[in-house]
Amino acid sequence: MDNHSPIGTTNKKGQVITDARKMMFEAPRTPSFYTGSEVIKEAIRRANVDVMIAYPITPQSEAAALIGELFAEGYVKEYFRGESEFAVMSQCAGAAFGGARVFTTTAGPGTMRAMENFPMWAGARLPIQMIVTCRGINSPLSIQPDTLEISYLLQTGMLVWHAETAQDFYDWILKGYMVSEEPDVHLPLALCCDGFFVTHTKDVVNLTPVDMCLPPYDPYRSPVPCMDMECPPVRMMRDPFVMKSNYISYATHASWQQEVWAAVERSRKHTIAWLDGLIETENVDADILIVSSGTAVSQGREAIRLLADEGIRVGLVKVKALRPWPGEEIREATKNAKHIIVPEFNVVGWMAREIKASIPNSDRVIAGPRVGGGMTMPPEIIVSEVKHALGIQDHALAGRGS
Amino acid sequence: MNPYRVMPGPEHFLPPAAASMGIRLPNPGEGHINGVIVPEEKAYEEAARQFLMAKVPTIFPGPLVLWAWNEKAAKKATAIRHLYETLKECVTPQQHAMLIPMPDYRPKYPKINPEIEINPNHPNLTIWHNKIDCCMFVGVHCHQANLSLKIIRGGTSCYTIAMCAQAGHEDAMLSFRDASVEKIMKLAEWVRKLKGTVQVSQVVSKSGSSN
Repeated sequence: MDNHSPIGTTNKKGQVITDARKMMFEAPRTPSFYTGSEVIKEAIRRANVDVMIAYPITPQSEAAALIGELFAEGYVKEYFRGESEFAVMSQCAGAAFGGARVFTTTAGPGTMRAMENFPMWAGARLPIQMIVTCRGINSPLSIQPDTLEISYLLQTGMLVWHAETAQDFYDWILKGYMVSEEPDVHLPLALCCDGFFVTHTKDVVNLTPVDMCLPPYDPYRSPVPCMDMECPPVRMMRDPFVMKSNYISYATHASWQQEVWAAVERSRKHTIAWLDGLIETENVDADILIVSSGTAVSQGREAIRLLADEGIRVGLVKVKALRPWPGEEIREATKNAKHIIVPEFNVVGWMAREIKASIPNSDRVIAGPRVGGGMTMPPEIIVSEVKHALGIQDHALAGRGS
Repeated sequence: MNPYRVMPGPEHFLPPAAASMGIRLPNPGEGHINGVIVPEEKAYEEAARQFLMAKVPTIFPGPLVLWAWNEKAAKKATAIRHLYETLKECVTPQQHAMLIPMPDYRPKYPKINPEIEINPNHPNLTIWHNKIDCCMFVGVHCHQANLSLKIIRGGTSCYTIAMCAQAGHEDAMLSFRDASVEKIMKLAEWVRKLKGTVQVSQVVSKSGSSN
């Protein structure tokens, strides 16, 4: 509460509770060579997390097991295992209803199995953070990266961010709590990355000091009361007013949903402040732009380098936040582009659809190249797509997905 | 296209959330009036003017200030009572200031008693029953306040004010943020300052409340 600021005090591990802006923007950083999974562990070590609930079989990331080690070391206050992904996400809700800062991680079919919980989390205004290390979701089974699951998360009312690198991942885990716990936002965050490409490869990541941690979550700033069997939303589950067939019940439910999406909108200002914008751009005055999120951006960067060697200038738009969706920013960044190439690691092309819905003259959008099921995306196929758009003869490595 | 403004209703079968229509919350030291960001001082003056102009100016204190669950809540409750007493002193005999609590958020079956309480799931019933044409929410959890404010904007012509302890409410026609005992007392001072300078509204809307 206001008069009892914890800033400057220490937790039981001796970490100094630090103003989050100071910790993220001013504190010295130490370069460290880690896998993406280890980076998740290091971020959670500094995140002052109360409860982590794990379903640890996923081969997509070792994070759940690594955070178990943090519990053993005393950095995470409670840690337990659910019987399934659905159980995990339900238990996360229980912990968050009780006023705890909650963390979990999932991927692929696990995300889909637990899906019912995500709109419930958003509707109950629970600021849970869930790492999604994306993998294939459809048969035949794949444990390789594929971002199809993100398209389902986009309609849940959760905040959805898509990290490109392990550094993004580290910073955004910590910043994510600061955005999602704002009282005018107070929504769950699905922080996504492309599994394997980010989780299993090693990269240099600049870490904040290990003796600093985020301020604790303050449930008294929540826009809904802490768990109480008599109060909505818990009361609604016991005695759902939506079951009452009358206009008032419907209007309440509709207004409730509107409020969730209003909170997504309100997150815009906080997300811009913490992530330095919802998008990142390079050379957007070029005639051709590559626009995407996640590791498709990294492949786009390499394609841009290859094209520059041939004298072809291409710009880049990296989409960092998917919810809130940066429609205005993308409209502005692409206003001069003649061709907009959207490489994606999924067969449906959800990113291209979102962009088409946001900009004028959407026939400028070239929805590809797309790969799926864990295929890599050689930069050469993006190069090929760019050349095709320019009418330049090219020996393509592969065709476009679907 | 004209920018969206948060105005007294009845607005629509299901009015949109103001945030989804591009209305942004004020920063510290600011308020908003009809969705336009203003210096906080201007918001005090306008809130006081709206209270004094209304036939039934009403304060809706919520559970965060009603139950003396900590010292700060108790002090805020005292300040709200002071604002109500000031309002009663400053209105004309033709006006009727009210203080109606929102004690909790439970859906009430078969129907609430609108004489004695307001509920976020059907706040319009209390507004209609008492012909409230200007109200202020204080001490209501933000989610529940926004729910109420949207439903009120949808089905009534009541002018809504939010005295919010957090970031404010775009769905109110006028909003303060970071509400404190001092801010509630300051609003009472403004009511006293404007006493006798404001004409009571003569407009009566078809929804039963006037504006």
